[in-house]
Amino acid sequence: MSTPTELRYTASHEWVRVEADGTLTIGITDHAQEALGDVVFLELPEAGRSVAKEEAIAVIESVKAASDIYAPVAGEILEANQAAIDAPESVNTDAYAAWLFKIKPANPAEVEGLLDAAGYEATIG
Amino acid sequence: MTQHTPLHATHVAAGARMVDFAGWDMPVNYGSQIEEHHAVRRDAGMFDVSHMLALDLEGADAKAFLRGLIANDVAKLVEPGKALYACMLNEQGGVIDDLIVYFLSDTSYRIVVNAGTADKDVAWMQQRLAATGAAATLSVRRDLAMIAVQGPNARAKTWAAIPGAEAASTALKVFQAATFGDIFIARTGYTGEDGFELTLPADKAAGTWAALTAAGVKPCGLGARDTLRLEAGMALYGNDMDETVSPLDAGLAWTVDFKDENRDFVGKAALVANGARQQALGLILEDRGILRSHQKVFTALGEGETSSGSFSPTLEKSIALARLPLGVAAGDAVEVDIRGKRLKARVVKAPFVRNGKALV
Repeated sequence: MSTPTELRYTASHEWVRVEADGTLTIGITDHAQEALGDVVFLELPEAGRSVAKEEAIAVIESVKAASDIYAPVAGEILEANQAAIDAPESVNTDAYAAWLFKIKPANPAEVEGLLDAAGYEATIG
Repeated sequence: MTQHTPLHATHVAAGARMVDFAGWDMPVNYGSQIEEHHAVRRDAGMFDVSHMLALDLEGADAKAFLRGLIANDVAKLVEPGKALYACMLNEQGGVIDDLIVYFLSDTSYRIVVNAGTADKDVAWMQQRLAATGAAATLSVRRDLAMIAVQGPNARAKTWAAIPGAEAASTALKVFQAATFGDIFIARTGYTGEDGFELTLPADKAAGTWAALTAAGVKPCGLGARDTLRLEAGMALYGNDMDETVSPLDAGLAWTVDFKDENRDFVGKAALVANGARQQALGLILEDRGILRSHQKVFTALGEGETSSGSFSPTLEKSIALARLPLGVAAGDAVEVDIRGKRLKARVVKAPFVRNGKALV
C-alpha cells in the first residue's frame, strides 16, 4: 500500500493533487481501493456543478458495496474522468493514476487544511 | 467475541482480507473477488464454509420428527446419502432458516444450517423435540470443518488431492453424499457449478485445504460465493427470505411439499391460508449502475423490492433477485429506484448462469 508524499488527503480517503494552475485533481487512495475490492461502477459529478466541502458528490461501487466520495474542498467541478467511468477497474490497478474529477477551489487556502501523507497514514493506522 | 474456523490461520497466512460474517472472522477475498468468481465458473475454487453448522439427528422418531419440522418432505429420501433442500418455518409460515438434510437411514440424518441462524435453529429444534416428545437426539457437530470445492474441474481436482476420494464419490449423483473414512463427501454446492462439499474433522481441514491448493483449486472468499450464488439464482437467508417472508413468496415453492395431505408441518396452515402473495424473479439492470438489496422496483402492476443485488462478473451487468407483484412476467420492463433515480431493468427468470453458461 502506498501514500505518495506529494499529494494531500482527506480522512474520507480521497487524494488531492494541486496542479500548477491551482486546480485540484482528486481520486481515492490505494488504501480505499483495497478496502472496497473490485471496483465496477463510478458515478461522477458533471462539469460546472458547484460543490460544498465534504458534500457527497460521487459514488464508487465495488462488487461488495456502494460508497460515497466527498468533495475535499468547496468549488466548481471542471471535469470528470470519462476513462475511469469506462474502465472502473483502473481504480484498483493504480488508484493514483485513475483520477476521478477536477475541482476549481472556491478558496485555494482551504487546501492547506487537508492532511499530508503522514497525517493520512495516521488516520488509517 | 469473533469466532474462528479451523482454517482461520490458513486464510490469514494466505493474505486473505478478513471480515466479520455472522460473528465469524471469514475471508471475503484473497485479492480479487472477480478472479475468484471466474475460477469457479471456469475451473475450480474452494470456500471455507466451516462457519455453517452440521447437526446429527438420530433416533427411532427422527424421520417423523423431520416430517413435522420442515416444509419439504424427507419421506421422499430413500437412497442413503441423498440430500434435500428445505425451509424450516415458524407457525406464521416465515422462514426460520433454510437447510440441507442428508438421509443416512430412517433413524439417522445429517442437517447443515446457516452460521448466523445456528443458535436459533438448535434452540428451535430442541424446543420442538421437547414439545413433540419425539424419540430423537440432536448433536451439535462443531468438531467438524466444511470445505466447498466448486467448478467444472472441482471433482477431478478433489480426486487428485485426496487419495481414495475418487472411488468413494465417482458414482455420486447430484445432491447425494457418501461417507469416506472420516470425510463426508457430498455432490452439492451453492454456486451453480458441479463440485463437492466436504465435511471432515477440524484437525484435517488445514491439510486438506493445502492438498486442494496444490492440486490447483483456487482459494475463494465469501465475496465470490455471494456473486456465484446470486448468478445461480439461489436464495440467501437474511436477504431473500427471513422469518417474515414465506417460501411461497421467495421463489422457494418448489421446496414446499404438500403432496402428502396427512402430513402436517410447522407453518403449513399459514402457507395454505395465505397462498403466494408475491413472486421471486430476476432483474437485469439496463441502465448503468449496480442493483443492491432493498431497492424499490416499480412495475406496471405495482411496487416490489430487490432482495439481493450485485454486479454479475459472468454477465458483466448488474443483476438482482426481487420480490414482485403476482402477474409480472419475464420480459417485462420495470424501473428500480437507485439513490433517488429510476433506472431501467428487465425482468428475467432466474437462474442467470448455470454450469458456466449465461441463461439470460
